[in-house]
Amino acid sequence: MALDDSTLRYDHRRYGYDHDRYAWSMLAERPPITWPGGKPLAVWINVSLQFYPLNQRGVPFKVPNGMTMPYPDLRHFTLRDYGNRVGISRLLRAFDRAGVQATYAMNARLAERTPALVRRLVDQGAEILAHGWTMDHLHTSALARDEEAELVRRTVDTLRTLTGQPIRGWLSPARHQSWHTPDLLAEHGLAYCADWVNDDLPYPVATATGRLVNMPLATEIEDQFVMGQNLHSEDSWAEQVCDAFDYLLAEGTARGGRLFALSLHPWMVGQPHRIGALEAVLDHIMARRDRIWQAPAGDILDAYLARTAPTAGQGAT
Amino acid sequence: MKEALDVYEYWPYEGRPRIRWPGGARVAFWVAPNVEYYEIDPPPNPHRKPWPHPHPSVPGYGIRDYGNRVGHHRQMALLDKYGIKGSVSLSVAVCEHHPELIAACVDRGWEIFNHGIYNTRYTYGLSEDQERAMIRDALETIHRHTGQACAGYLAPALSHSEHTLDLFAEVGREMFGDDGGLYTCDLFHDDQPTPIRTRSGLRFLSVPYSLEMNDTIVYTVNKVEPRHYATMLKRHFDRLYQEGAESGTVMCIPTHNYQISCPHRIRAFEEALEYITGHSDVWVTTGRDIARYYLEHYYDTALADIAAKQTTTTAAGG
Repeated sequence: MALDDSTLRYDHRRYGYDHDRYAWSMLAERPPITWPGGKPLAVWINVSLQFYPLNQRGVPFKVPNGMTMPYPDLRHFTLRDYGNRVGISRLLRAFDRAGVQATYAMNARLAERTPALVRRLVDQGAEILAHGWTMDHLHTSALARDEEAELVRRTVDTLRTLTGQPIRGWLSPARHQSWHTPDLLAEHGLAYCADWVNDDLPYPVATATGRLVNMPLATEIEDQFVMGQNLHSEDSWAEQVCDAFDYLLAEGTARGGRLFALSLHPWMVGQPHRIGALEAVLDHIMARRDRIWQAPAGDILDAYLARTAPTAGQGAT
Repeated sequence: MKEALDVYEYWPYEGRPRIRWPGGARVAFWVAPNVEYYEIDPPPNPHRKPWPHPHPSVPGYGIRDYGNRVGHHRQMALLDKYGIKGSVSLSVAVCEHHPELIAACVDRGWEIFNHGIYNTRYTYGLSEDQERAMIRDALETIHRHTGQACAGYLAPALSHSEHTLDLFAEVGREMFGDDGGLYTCDLFHDDQPTPIRTRSGLRFLSVPYSLEMNDTIVYTVNKVEPRHYATMLKRHFDRLYQEGAESGTVMCIPTHNYQISCPHRIRAFEEALEYITGHSDVWVTTGRDIARYYLEHYYDTALADIAAKQTTTTAAGG
């Protein structure tokens, strides 16, 4: 039984993309930018602080790294909770030691449940990003627009109240989006989104509701991706992160500014046998501090906006 | 369904007529960058789901877009550096979506060959007429944007019908005479080119493409560490180079600009390219040139040898 002839119809086969969210542009052909101080590489280090509920619904799919066993899956629940209790302390100490200013993408429900953790981060002046309500509240097209709008509103309102910060950044749970997510983020006053991994520089996103920038937060060198999904050793992870950093620093020096973004999960890299790999990575990065600009994402966004006119070749509005 | 496709005969690796590549090279080495487009909202196909999650599947779409926005130029610069012309396995809709990328390949004299319209449109479920129309559309698109007569085919997302090879050879020959529809990359049965039987009797062959060395298989299926990929590529080459002293072999590195061009992986790829092109007696070439050279010098000899060996078997058995 052959398929309908519509299978050979291609309604979006045209210049640019098969969607209108952002403009087509090759990184190598954009005008070069430099970061503050004339630095070729901006370095953003983000920590995701996540709440994987025990009563996971798994709708429309089970979030990666969530519960996998019959209820109550205490094993995965507590392995993830370990990160927010113990792992995070090791990460904070490592950042202190290396002189790194990280950002923290936090599930709003976790912020409600762990006020002491919020206080600790806010007191040190760290930037908090919204990371959705919980890891089980996925933003996908299975949600109606108004349901998703309510989820975004509740998430950012909660985090704004608990942190006293403007909350400018967004990272969706598991980086999934619906067709409406970018519109809803702009509508709720978010300035940037870290879900998309299609570039080594920020770039503007078209929304129906306001200004939004994608700040690519690389997945491919994430701790949970390399060690958790690919099952590579912690030594290999450190080597891969350092290789990526070295490459982008060299390319940034030769071809114009680049963004190096490292995403971390305290339940993964905060384990005693892995934290040394993170310390080695931070040492490697900060040993080159004279050539990099290590900053929170909000500051990197502002520098990017100051350096690029919204219509400079890649502008989607 | 058939027990086997039976488009080639059993033909043992040892004792074949000796292949000597141009200049006496032992290994014909080619790099096949896949330049793909996965649609953000493809229509459903009852035989295979394009994305594992509800559309838009941002994680998967995003990293593939990274390949075209960022990775492609990096890979091109590396191939330039080592004097390699890529043989692009192309989702031909990229000609329309990203013409600048295609122009950069054409300017370098790279080969462009057919890899379907989109990598989210499968051969599964198409009637023969529909599949023929898809192949013709692809070859017309490549010709319109690059001026090239398409010689090779890697079916989109490695999705096939029983007639995929027949149809590609027929459409290629109809459109471009002896320059079109020469070879397939879809068969992984050999380390040398082999004649492939088509229902219309056209001269057609398989050029080794290697799924084992394909970066996507290596990185996402086999989950290999980046630096180990360099070791694998070097070992693969070493053995084909050694055997190539007896009779010429083919080594292909099939790549994806969203895999090997990531900052944590590109160094491994460069290391392999530097190693391989640093050897003498390596013919750094394209898929099309391997196919043409083989057709001109070895195809008929191979057919005769294959036929002779089938006769022997039959005689012994009868």
